[in-house]
Amino acid sequence: MSSTIETAVAPSGHAHAAHHWHEDPETHLAHHFDTPQQQFDSGKLGIWLFLVTEILFFSGLFCAYTIYRHFHPEVFVYASKFLDTNMGFINTLVLIFSSLTAAWAVRNAQLNQKKSLVINIVLTIACAFAFMGIKYVEYSHKIHDGLLPGPAYTRGLEPPAAAAAGHAAAVDPTAGMDRPDNVHIFFGIYFFMTGLHGFHVLAGIVVWLWLLKRAIKGEFNTKYFGPIDYAALYWHIVDLIWIYLFPLLYLIH
Amino acid sequence: MSSTTATHAPPQAGVNYLNARRGLLSWVFTLDHKRIGIMYLVGVMGAFLLGGVFALKLRTELLTVGKTIMDPDTYNQAFTLHGAVMVFLFIIPGIPAALGNFCLPLMLGAKDVAFPRLNLMSFHLWMWGAIFFVIVLLTGGLDTGWTFYTPYSTTTNTSVIWAVMGAFILGFSSIFTGLNFIVTIHKMRPPGMTFFKMPLFLWGLYATALIQILATPVLGITLLLLAIERAFKLGIFDATLGGDPVLFQHFFWFYSHPAVYIMILPAFAVVSELIAVHSRKEIFGYKFIGLSSVAIAIIGFVVWGHHMFVSGQSTMAATVFSFLTFFVAIPSAIKVFNWLATLYKGSIRINTPMLYALGFIWLFTIGGVTGLFLSTMSTDVHLHDTYFVVAHFHYVMVAGTLWGFLGGLHHWWPKITGKMYHDGVGMFASITAFVGFNLTFFPQFIMGTRGMPRRYYDYLEEFQFLHVLSTVGAYVLAVGLFTVLFLLIHSLMKGKKAPHNPWGAASLEWQTATPPITENFHETPKAGNPYAVYDFEYDAATGDYKRVAFSDSTH
Repeated sequence: MSSTIETAVAPSGHAHAAHHWHEDPETHLAHHFDTPQQQFDSGKLGIWLFLVTEILFFSGLFCAYTIYRHFHPEVFVYASKFLDTNMGFINTLVLIFSSLTAAWAVRNAQLNQKKSLVINIVLTIACAFAFMGIKYVEYSHKIHDGLLPGPAYTRGLEPPAAAAAGHAAAVDPTAGMDRPDNVHIFFGIYFFMTGLHGFHVLAGIVVWLWLLKRAIKGEFNTKYFGPIDYAALYWHIVDLIWIYLFPLLYLIH
Repeated sequence: MSSTTATHAPPQAGVNYLNARRGLLSWVFTLDHKRIGIMYLVGVMGAFLLGGVFALKLRTELLTVGKTIMDPDTYNQAFTLHGAVMVFLFIIPGIPAALGNFCLPLMLGAKDVAFPRLNLMSFHLWMWGAIFFVIVLLTGGLDTGWTFYTPYSTTTNTSVIWAVMGAFILGFSSIFTGLNFIVTIHKMRPPGMTFFKMPLFLWGLYATALIQILATPVLGITLLLLAIERAFKLGIFDATLGGDPVLFQHFFWFYSHPAVYIMILPAFAVVSELIAVHSRKEIFGYKFIGLSSVAIAIIGFVVWGHHMFVSGQSTMAATVFSFLTFFVAIPSAIKVFNWLATLYKGSIRINTPMLYALGFIWLFTIGGVTGLFLSTMSTDVHLHDTYFVVAHFHYVMVAGTLWGFLGGLHHWWPKITGKMYHDGVGMFASITAFVGFNLTFFPQFIMGTRGMPRRYYDYLEEFQFLHVLSTVGAYVLAVGLFTVLFLLIHSLMKGKKAPHNPWGAASLEWQTATPPITENFHETPKAGNPYAVYDFEYDAATGDYKRVAFSDSTH
């Protein structure tokens, strides 16, 4: 009997609750979870699964890299000489440092340290922009030198006179090496892998900017720091992928 | 008894998830998994209709030798779009995204999936994917076959990029649905429901979701590479630029073979529910059915090379792939035997959902057994790219997924809509479709063994009799399916009001109101044995099943 009475009053109230997402201001508990812990654990499992899909997404490219390097080792040895190891190294340091600030931000959120949280998020975003800036410079050099995928590749293919005029001042990093066929394959893989990685950095910037706004509003606290935690995990995977890309593309010989 | 009254929803005052809010926007931006499920349902059925129209055009063209109704280029486009629309827009999302979305939280006694916004985004992505395919239709079509094999897909002048990006977007829709389901199953089961006390539908959805998140990203990157290859000549798949076209096949099948289990595992899962509930008997071999789904999901990842026996992979690789492929037959057969054992000495109720389930067992077994011919290398070389392959995968994918989908749709229809349908007409439609299906595809096995190649516009006169049979079968199948459409629309308009638990099922989705309220349950229900159908007795006065006991233990 009691449940019948409950029904008589329940429907409008429930419909209301479902659509306005009344959240507790401290724990931000969504209506369909029972406890903040359940909500946090669900988000954590969700982001880990998402990271698995990210790794598999890149795995196709690592697989392509392995196959072409196996087929054409000479192309990789030759073409990687054109990459700027110093810039790649600086970018590696920048990303590793930003992983530190991201991890630190998680700790700040857990400890209610609002000011440090904002600073660490800002530092993370600054590093992301620095990374993209350096990447832009690198890409510009490659494009200028005709080090491009497919038919767009021109380096070393133009007539000697034009080559002499265009690159007279440039030091040739491949001096003394014979240019193998299909060098453009390396640049196809280089641009695709680093481009897709760069896209993930840009996506990370968007996420961090959104979290920065929420952090300034003071939405995160000891009981609610999930989004910072998840974003930091994503940021670590972006960092980790670069840590594999750097030696595979820049340091081989 | 008190615990049982709490789990069984009391009579409703008429407010439910369908009428709690009104207006188009209350649907398009809803976060309610049930409404999202219904939008998927409408969407995938629309896609199925489109794919079906292509199929009927194809079969009509093949009625006579030479030209019947369309020229060869149109034919190439028709079979490509038939395949692409059916696979990407109907079969893959059909059961998990439509029926799964509706049932999964209800079966868990939960209010919603773990990430309702992500769930809505999955649906919106599905819509965008569908829009991309419509753009393909309007901008020159597609004639690569649904598999987009290079090098043809990088050289044809049809709308490959739109189609590939459409499939890419649909892939993300699929990934997010899978991710959502895994987290929901892990984190939102009600008290008392361990993994081995879940309804088998959830085991099937879980195994499906595992494949969705592990395989689909690889398809995503492959399609992205293909699109970039076409747009900027990247040189990965194009042999003239030093690339390897066969690498595309490896990448493609690394996803698309597991994807055939995305298509069939949910259908298995539906059939497990139907057989148990409508045999009025506890499911036989619960753990074997549940774990065999996971086994199929895992084995599915290591067999992709059997699509490439004639693509020039090494004999060693082909042998290993062939050997591994046979293993898929084991968990598949485990399921079939367990369903038969469930039927044995059951109190079998022959109605529309049960007819689809029985039809499924019959058709899927034919599809599965003919798969063994194709996984054997020596016979595959003979049968490769013939109508035998076409018949095989239609027996598995159409008879599998479509029969599972329709069976599940008729089973859960009363809960979804709150209306009953005319069971006699439903059974007529099911039998008509069954006859039509066999008439369409069984002759194709025979044609295939006699050397009729797939995807050909024209054929030798000696094949005409079998082609005519096949085409007539397709029309009969269409009659059956249009009867289903008519039946369901009639049910929406004039159907009798459905009771809460018309089939006497014990799983939680039947223990709430029909149709459910927006939040599914007033309080988290107590989960018992999901197959304790003996706990329910038919009450002639209300036409509903009433709980008379509460069994907790399984098996």
